Amino acid sequence: MDVRSQIAMVFHLDKCIGCHTCSIACKNIWTDRKGAEYMWWNNVETKPGTGYPTKWEDQDIYKGGWRKNGGEKISLRGSGKYKGLLNIFHNPYLPVLDDYYEPWTYKYLDLIESPAGGDQPTARPVSLVTGKPIDIKSGPNWDDDLSGTPEYARQDPNLKNLTKAEREAMFQLEKMAMFYLPRICNHCLNPACVASCPSGAIYKRGEDGVVLINQKVCRAWRMCVTACPYKKSYYNWNTGKSEKCILCYPRLEAGHAPACMHSCVGRIRYLGVLLYDADKIEAAASVPEEQLIDGQLDLLLNPFDEDVIRNAKENGIADSTLKAAQTSPVYKFVKEWGLALPLHAEYRTLPMLFYVPPMLPVMASLSTTDDSEQAVKLDPIAKFWDKHHRYDTTSKTIMQTVEQARFPVKYMANLFGTGSEEKLIEVLKKQLAVRVHRRHVTVGDIDADLTNATLNEVKLTPEIADDIYRLTSLAKFDDRFNIPPAHRELAIEMMDFAGDTKGSTGFGFKETPQRGL
Amino acid sequence: MNAYNVIFFVALPYAALLMFLVGTIYRYKATKFKFSSLSSQFLETRKLYWGSVPFHWGILFLFFGHLTAFLLPSSILAWNQQPVRLMILEVSAFAGGVVTLFGLIGLFYRRLVDARLRKVTSIIDIVLEALLITEIFLGLWIAFGFRWGSSWFATVLSPYLKSIFTFSPNIDAVVMLPFVIQLHIILAFIIFLIIPFTRLVHVLVYPLSYLWRPYQKVIWYWDRKKVRDPQTSWTMHKPQNN
Repeated sequence: MDVRSQIAMVFHLDKCIGCHTCSIACKNIWTDRKGAEYMWWNNVETKPGTGYPTKWEDQDIYKGGWRKNGGEKISLRGSGKYKGLLNIFHNPYLPVLDDYYEPWTYKYLDLIESPAGGDQPTARPVSLVTGKPIDIKSGPNWDDDLSGTPEYARQDPNLKNLTKAEREAMFQLEKMAMFYLPRICNHCLNPACVASCPSGAIYKRGEDGVVLINQKVCRAWRMCVTACPYKKSYYNWNTGKSEKCILCYPRLEAGHAPACMHSCVGRIRYLGVLLYDADKIEAAASVPEEQLIDGQLDLLLNPFDEDVIRNAKENGIADSTLKAAQTSPVYKFVKEWGLALPLHAEYRTLPMLFYVPPMLPVMASLSTTDDSEQAVKLDPIAKFWDKHHRYDTTSKTIMQTVEQARFPVKYMANLFGTGSEEKLIEVLKKQLAVRVHRRHVTVGDIDADLTNATLNEVKLTPEIADDIYRLTSLAKFDDRFNIPPAHRELAIEMMDFAGDTKGSTGFGFKETPQRGL
Repeated sequence: MNAYNVIFFVALPYAALLMFLVGTIYRYKATKFKFSSLSSQFLETRKLYWGSVPFHWGILFLFFGHLTAFLLPSSILAWNQQPVRLMILEVSAFAGGVVTLFGLIGLFYRRLVDARLRKVTSIIDIVLEALLITEIFLGLWIAFGFRWGSSWFATVLSPYLKSIFTFSPNIDAVVMLPFVIQLHIILAFIIFLIIPFTRLVHVLVYPLSYLWRPYQKVIWYWDRKKVRDPQTSWTMHKPQNN
């Protein structure tokens, strides 16, 4: 058993309001530079939608992630030792600028400096690449909130195995539903970007599992951009280096939450330590598709287990990290409660960012009703809206609605369940059970028998349900972010004697990050 | 032996060699961040395919052809003993040159017409591409007009290059060569000379080691097993990540 520690994350999608505050926090700190304008290390997508870059989930186009072809072994789909080196002169699977969008700004000065004339001056959009005026064709979150549904939402790769009728039903105006999917780098256990980098510039930090690109070793071979199935490795066209989310490691090392998580308005983000068994990574990534999620969860170790603790200590994991693992909100969501699932586990990278699937569109089911009696009392506009349909949110029917959801479970299973609805229904039912339980406690219109039956069905006790409720709804900052001390003081002392560099430029990255010749 | 010949065939090659060695090593050590192939595929991909692929495979073929003729001249001469084999070598080398030139002109054209690419094109890129185009054009001219190059390269140029590398320069044969061939040689030295100042440095870091490294890579800040063991003293261990 090779116990290692990983900073892992949980995003609670039911709480995401799609405000993009996380994206802005990240952008302002890390990607507000030339060549990085188009990058969103953190982005929030509307689902169903094509996402960013367009159709990133369609691996027939981008060839990201790992693939199991026939045998026991897995291989990189579009890169790897032979394919990567052969395609190094021209990578046929590389997403290009237009697959993201051409970044632009406006000529604001024209508004002020234009001479007096008959027309109102306008601020024309100019490309941030060429500096020339452009016609904007797409931009960040171009398909936000289902805008341009025929062009975007209907092209969502996750709709592939839904029947035509199911798709039609999803996009009927009265039935349309959506949720937000915030995405950052997953800091995978089996990262495809690391494996694909010909230069060996990308690595996983042993201490906390953050995946980083060494800017001094990257040579712009661009294979990581192809290999990452989540398209979270970006190519900086100006410096000729690839860049990606660094999980705000300078903040983490100082005990602060990453900027995107710290700024999260909906408080949907949780961050904490998971212990895992590094010996089993390859095996866990190579199991058949339907076992991938279980295989990944099996990798994660119980931090209370004597054996695990002993092995962890032998491996040099600090007591403070072990303590953080035992109190980790991520461990609770992922392992203890089984509420969070990885996004697209079928890419076999073993992502360490887990999502609590959204239940909001599931809660209400649409039913056709006869409102003629009520309609008399309403004004004409209201009558028109509520003539035939109404959303059924009664507590009596609440448990039946998961399978007959407004939002097809099959669609969400393509995102979070490697296509199997079973896992997703289980998670959704658990969440429903917690709601039923809390409604019983706070409102009291659901009787105790129904509540207990509901909880028993998903093997929850009222105590656990209360814990889930507390961590979901009431969690304070320190409950959501359980960051172990980085013990950087040890590392720095070993790297360099700090006294040697006293009064000088210091140590670390001292070079101006300028484009090469 | 006049002064120009000494400058171009003795001084220049040593200057090129020195600059190449000192320049690239200095750049690798001191300005690693600028060591990159500076790929522009992200900004333009379709035209790149028709330029980059033929150019790179072609120039690799030509480079290793020249290298073989330099290092193993007798093997080339032995191969060329039969006219059929000579023809095969000459024709394939010429075809390689044509493919390379086609790719390179494609790349040059691509840089000129695309507005985005002009933003990532430096003067040295243009100089380098012009030099390479001239060099390959001259090479094709020589292959066509002064045949059979593969044979006389082995008997005339290989000894000259050898004399340069053994620090006993002998330029007697080179000065007798036609001007076109001399120009080809001089340009080759100039290209070597400017390598440290161009994106050509990416050739030197072609990631062959990728073939034998394990796929996954984990870096530890400290020796995790020793650091917390009170029995052993800390080992100095500088992580290779910065």
